[in-house]
Amino acid sequence: MTAASALSLSTSELLNGLSEGNLTSRQLVESCLEQIRLLNPKLNAFVNVEEEYALVRAEQIDARRLAGESLGVLAGLPVATKDNICRKESLTTCGSRMLEAFRPPYDAHVVERIESEDGIIVGSTNMDEFAMGSSTESSVYGPSRNPSNPAHSAGGSSGGSAVAVAAGMVPLALGSDTGGSIRQPAAFCGCVGLKPTYGRVSRYGLVAFASSLDQIGPFAKDACGASLLLQAIAGHDKRDSTSLKREVPVYPKQLTESLKGLRIGMVDGHFAEGLDSEVATSVRATIDALEKLGATVIPVRLPHARYSVATYYLIAPCEASSNLARYDGIHYGRRAEQFDDLADVYCRSRGEGFGAEVKRRIMLGTYALSAGYYDAYYLKALKVRRRIREDFDRAFQEVDVIAGPVSPTPAFSIGEKADDPLAMYLNDIYTISANLAGIPGISVPTGHAESGLPLAIQFQAPLFEEARLLRLAAAVESIRE
Amino acid sequence: MERDEVLKVATLARLSLTDQEIDEFGKQLTQILGYVETLNEVDVQDAEPMPHAVDERNVFRDDRQRESLSREAALSNAPQTDGRFFLVPQILEQKDA
Repeated sequence: MTAASALSLSTSELLNGLSEGNLTSRQLVESCLEQIRLLNPKLNAFVNVEEEYALVRAEQIDARRLAGESLGVLAGLPVATKDNICRKESLTTCGSRMLEAFRPPYDAHVVERIESEDGIIVGSTNMDEFAMGSSTESSVYGPSRNPSNPAHSAGGSSGGSAVAVAAGMVPLALGSDTGGSIRQPAAFCGCVGLKPTYGRVSRYGLVAFASSLDQIGPFAKDACGASLLLQAIAGHDKRDSTSLKREVPVYPKQLTESLKGLRIGMVDGHFAEGLDSEVATSVRATIDALEKLGATVIPVRLPHARYSVATYYLIAPCEASSNLARYDGIHYGRRAEQFDDLADVYCRSRGEGFGAEVKRRIMLGTYALSAGYYDAYYLKALKVRRRIREDFDRAFQEVDVIAGPVSPTPAFSIGEKADDPLAMYLNDIYTISANLAGIPGISVPTGHAESGLPLAIQFQAPLFEEARLLRLAAAVESIRE
Repeated sequence: MERDEVLKVATLARLSLTDQEIDEFGKQLTQILGYVETLNEVDVQDAEPMPHAVDERNVFRDDRQRESLSREAALSNAPQTDGRFFLVPQILEQKDA
């Protein structure tokens, strides 16, 4: 089995191959490493690859499988993790100079979960610095490139993970999503990306950006893969006080349930000016096809959706300014070499360690939280957030899921939005609301634009209805085939 | 945002900025703050602020001692250490005896 052939298999074909003995985990890991060697220099998906570690793990799992032991849910599948997810004693840099030499003294909860479910972590992937961005261009390691067209962005901030899966370097990857950072790169690169309900997956060991918005979630080439990885990582963790005690459904078993009677909401305002016509056509066509499978389409309104970008770009920077205050050059991270006194250590370490986008957001957040401005900015945004959440609560009384675009356009060119932060922020218009409201959302590939760039559809569901989203993803897959 | 306001915020945020950054950020932040003014259109009367997506309150654990990081692990990323402590710039002035 060559590198290319192993990695063109679907997740369930890979699992069958492994369980029937036609394929070993070692062979699969070798295929992945070969593909990474081939493509990573150009696409820049991976920041660090742990070849030896992955091969040793693969052999251990193969031995256990041969001995007749039952394996965990991930059964020897290779996985990549975004570089803001702590892996003990492995470089975890968050795409930043601030943490370029940082080796966490502990594993993130999701890393422990992947390992106990017999997933094989192959390495860490590139990202926008501290997860702030929509194109992976702010990474200190340079941008990740779209496998469909390397002159185009992979999206962000989890660009590296999206590329790793879409380019067949690994079948599964983890990203984090604060304003769309899983769903948008998944859409840009042509793979499945899911942001779980806030609190569904523990954030212990996820380097914090915006604590009320961040969630870790899976990338995979298909719904089956996404459901397996979500199964592995979801569930309560007492080390994260925002992680919820809620039973985890067996997601992979719920993929093929019928769509009959499913009420799909469509928001008229989503299809206004500014939405690329090919994106719009693809989304509408997919919804029509789902209707033919038995779903009903119902118009719904989300009157406050137009304020979501403004709301987010106050709340997220405010939270970030607080979370990133810990990078002071004292206990870990970069410390400036020249400094006059304590305050100077802070200012210079942070001035040297952080890139422009990070500094911009820290400044914005600091300003919006400062005395005299707190009520007008941060508090106001929290109230609008409540309205956005109420819109969804009302809509979900009429429908079971909301369908629409992920992003206003397919993947833009690298460098296209570099000089205009606000233009970059407006890209997140369709994804941000889910983070603000806490609801889950999934991006599913639907086809390709004439340019060859991938197209996708987004589904959003009420709290804890990830199974419904995965079921829809599986349905869209069957339509595509 | 005027230059001195940018500097004031940078001081609060403990960020040392170059002159170019001060200039650029001033313009960009002005633009972004202008954009977020649209939130003033929203009727937020009686809206309960939403700082979190979950309704959990006061998640406590028992006040019991449990395993934590070893000293070695805690110091493993220290920019400067003597093996026992994090070494930091002097904070208090020396007073003559």
